Amino acid sequence: MAKVISADQAMDHINDAAVVMIGGFLACGTPETLIDGMVQKGVKNLTVIANDSGFPDKGIGKLVVAQQVKKLVATHIGTNPETGKQMNAKTMEVVLVPQGTLAEQIRAGGAGLGGVLTPTGIGTVVAEGKQTVVVDGKEFLLEKAVKADVALIKAYKADEKGNLVFRKSARNFNPMMATAAETVIAEVETIVPVGQIDPDEVMLPGIFVDYLVKG
Amino acid sequence: MDNRTLIAKRVAQEFKDGDIVNLGIGIPTLAANHLPSGVNITLQSENGFVGLGPVEEVDPDLTNAGGQPAGILPGGATFDSATSFVIIRGGHVDATVLGALEVDQEGNLANWMVPGKIVPGMGGAMDLVVGAKRVIVAMEHAGKGGAKKILKKCALPLTAVNVVDLIVTNLCVFEVTSKGLVLTELAPGVTEAMVRENTEADYTVSANCKEMQIS
Repeated sequence: MAKVISADQAMDHINDAAVVMIGGFLACGTPETLIDGMVQKGVKNLTVIANDSGFPDKGIGKLVVAQQVKKLVATHIGTNPETGKQMNAKTMEVVLVPQGTLAEQIRAGGAGLGGVLTPTGIGTVVAEGKQTVVVDGKEFLLEKAVKADVALIKAYKADEKGNLVFRKSARNFNPMMATAAETVIAEVETIVPVGQIDPDEVMLPGIFVDYLVKG
Repeated sequence: MDNRTLIAKRVAQEFKDGDIVNLGIGIPTLAANHLPSGVNITLQSENGFVGLGPVEEVDPDLTNAGGQPAGILPGGATFDSATSFVIIRGGHVDATVLGALEVDQEGNLANWMVPGKIVPGMGGAMDLVVGAKRVIVAMEHAGKGGAKKILKKCALPLTAVNVVDLIVTNLCVFEVTSKGLVLTELAPGVTEAMVRENTEADYTVSANCKEMQIS
């Protein structure tokens, strides 16, 4: 059973230099309460794995602005000028990854796979330094699985066992991230008693979720 | 008619009824407004749904891939990022339309970064052009100050190698074939000499080269 905790208590699980996956797509489906908690706690030297770095005042961007991120692995940083600034000043390392590749790397991390073979990135800078594998005459890039210490995800509804329901396009990277981290904290809008979510409606089984925080 | 509308109208003629289509930001998005009668397409939004439509009411849990409020039509479906790229990379998208910084006569595409200037990241673009059945570049023929964008060989970092099928500009249409670029249509009032003057790439002129039919 997932344990319901406060946002403050959740911060006990996020420490300096942690590798943290954070769900959301341009701040849609991002756990804003947990990010605010991290800014307040002032955890630093974080490695953040996420689709993007949000906006300066929204989503993961808040952590970037507060200079808490040492390394960012993301697919897009164009909506947050602060990310580009810190990257150019070399105060933050940025690794850009194709979106479909990042999704599969995280899925592979959660699925016990060593990585995935993708045609995406062949012949581009993304392929530099990576192994390629030819399967039936077609060349693929070997992209390794990705895991994290903590995954911070956002869902619409949870039951007390941690079974989750997402809304519309706020689902994005959240379900995969919940499978690929040691500790999984889900920020949700509502928590209902066990039995109130039909098993067929569950989008992420609660067995992946350690803690619930009401956002 | 302005250039953007002309390009969008011509691109819209490429869609077949029932196609699953992913449109990039800018001119590509406009193509959805100019579908020929009897042609209905389903728009895929890489942040996690099919059935992208006009905004009925702003919902923070529903955005397009640019992070702007979006709508979802009846019959649409939402999913996570891994599934979104199963659709994209797995060949389930019939056509993708994107802008380009540069495109060359081998069908190579550069549209995700200018070293030292803009590095927004590739987002889903690398997966889209590798996975979609048909890749259409829609852009103004010449860049700022008349800079040539249709080249013998792209100089900017590539998005992907040998993926472009069709180039639609305000001057003309090029098909990308195994033998290089073929000029198949000229925009109303445009001569082959004007295309020649604004194009660095080698190309041949189709025996059936005709005027773009734009209403």
